[in-house]
Amino acid sequence: MSARRPGAYLLGGVSRLGSVSIFFVRLLIQCVPALGRPRLLMLQIYNAGARSLIIIMLSGLFVGMVLGLQGYDLLRRFGSEEALGIAAALGLLRELAPVITALLFAGRAGTALASEIGLMRATDQLTAMEIMAVDPLRYVAAPRFLGGVIAMPLLTAIFSVIGLYGAQLVGVQMMGVDRGVFWSQTQGAVYLHDVNEGLLKSFVFGIACSLIAVHEGYHAEPTAEGVGLATTRTVVAASVITLLLDYVLTAVFL
Amino acid sequence: MTSTASVQAASAAHTGDVVVAVRDVHYAAGGRSIFAGLDLEVRRGRITAIMGPSGTGKTTLLRLITRQVAPSGGQVTVFGKDLADCGRREVYAIRRRMGLLFQNGALLTDMDVFENVAFPVREHTDLPEPLVRLLVLTKLQAVGLRGAATLMPGELSGGMARRVALARAIVMDPEILLYDEPFVGLDPISLGFILRLIKHMNQALGITSVVVSHDVQELATIADDSYLISEGRVAAAGTPAQLKASDSAAVRQFMTGSAEGPVPFHYPAPDYAGQLLEADER
Repeated sequence: MSARRPGAYLLGGVSRLGSVSIFFVRLLIQCVPALGRPRLLMLQIYNAGARSLIIIMLSGLFVGMVLGLQGYDLLRRFGSEEALGIAAALGLLRELAPVITALLFAGRAGTALASEIGLMRATDQLTAMEIMAVDPLRYVAAPRFLGGVIAMPLLTAIFSVIGLYGAQLVGVQMMGVDRGVFWSQTQGAVYLHDVNEGLLKSFVFGIACSLIAVHEGYHAEPTAEGVGLATTRTVVAASVITLLLDYVLTAVFL
Repeated sequence: MTSTASVQAASAAHTGDVVVAVRDVHYAAGGRSIFAGLDLEVRRGRITAIMGPSGTGKTTLLRLITRQVAPSGGQVTVFGKDLADCGRREVYAIRRRMGLLFQNGALLTDMDVFENVAFPVREHTDLPEPLVRLLVLTKLQAVGLRGAATLMPGELSGGMARRVALARAIVMDPEILLYDEPFVGLDPISLGFILRLIKHMNQALGITSVVVSHDVQELATIADDSYLISEGRVAAAGTPAQLKASDSAAVRQFMTGSAEGPVPFHYPAPDYAGQLLEADER
């Protein structure tokens, strides 16, 4: 029994990966017609993006402020407080903004997506569409997936800007680092490829988190428990995959 | 009562009129056999009632006809096409000629009543907006809910939701309309209205109707053909009058709604007294 278990887990994992991959391909095919429905797409960008704005902005501000405090304390030991801007900007742009935005996205927009689609499954709405010869993958899943993929880099950019402002708030306004030095050093040391790295990461995280949320919701058991399970799985899987992908992407970029 | 075989023989002359044919279908779900050699057919322009006790697979039959699930054995033919040979596109093409009224309405919750009814029209046609509006309002008027066009599904009662779902099901003028328990939870006025509507759509528009229900008395007033399903097969078939006059104890029990008879009311269980005593000993 115990000898079979790892095998069964492995088989289950491979089967799940296969199911997600097939779903991803089908979803990508349906994304083409979904792009031709700007109204539906805008609504989903609004749901996934605009509705996550407050939590992203607040988190960005606090993360930036903590970064300012910690960075200042660390750099002061080496007499390099002026480098606070560089440390904060690079840390935010390349690492913290895409990762934390993705984790927050999984917790807010991802769960909303999974539970919404799961409830549509539980209340026969997806079946009703299938009976009306409307592919729910095209009408429901693809616009939501695309909405998440488009919203993630935008949210990441906003997180970075607010975070940098938070770091500046602490470093310059509270700790007394020179404003001119803070911004000029930041401007001089941050290159376009640093910005691109963060944006590319956020794009990949957007694909992963949205795919997981849509897949879990779409395949949720049509019961209250099933929808709850799909929501939990979305947060857990999206968070773990985000951190895993972050390591892989960082290793590729360095 | 007429036996299944004789009904099939009698209807053989109408083979061209058969819109849905279910032949020797076997289907199991969750390790439990639902159908074990089910045979029935639905003829064009007629109202066919599918009756049977709860849990006999009436809704599953609709799922088989609409190809939401596939049988493990046998054949389901719709509009002369074996569904097993149909790809996704063909199944969708067949579904466009059908309408299904869900038990719970299954309205899309992020749209109001008007948009719900307009949904299939917008998805499948390029009709100009004034025409879509005309079409939707006509169907809403037919189900008595033109005034509720701007309400959201959450603001509707169960009966109203089902009437909106009916308007949505008929908006594309389907050739077959499948009703899944259309009378459950309706007040007497709505019930009478839905009965008349099913009959009217059948007579005036020639829509073939399949009504799945266990409301025997209501069905008897409108059905042309009836099937009584029990234990995975057709237990009896014929007109409602023939079923009522059946000499089979099981059919009579169902048609009269008696708890006493060969059809058990209780789900299979161990001995009642024994189980109670066993609980006491614990």
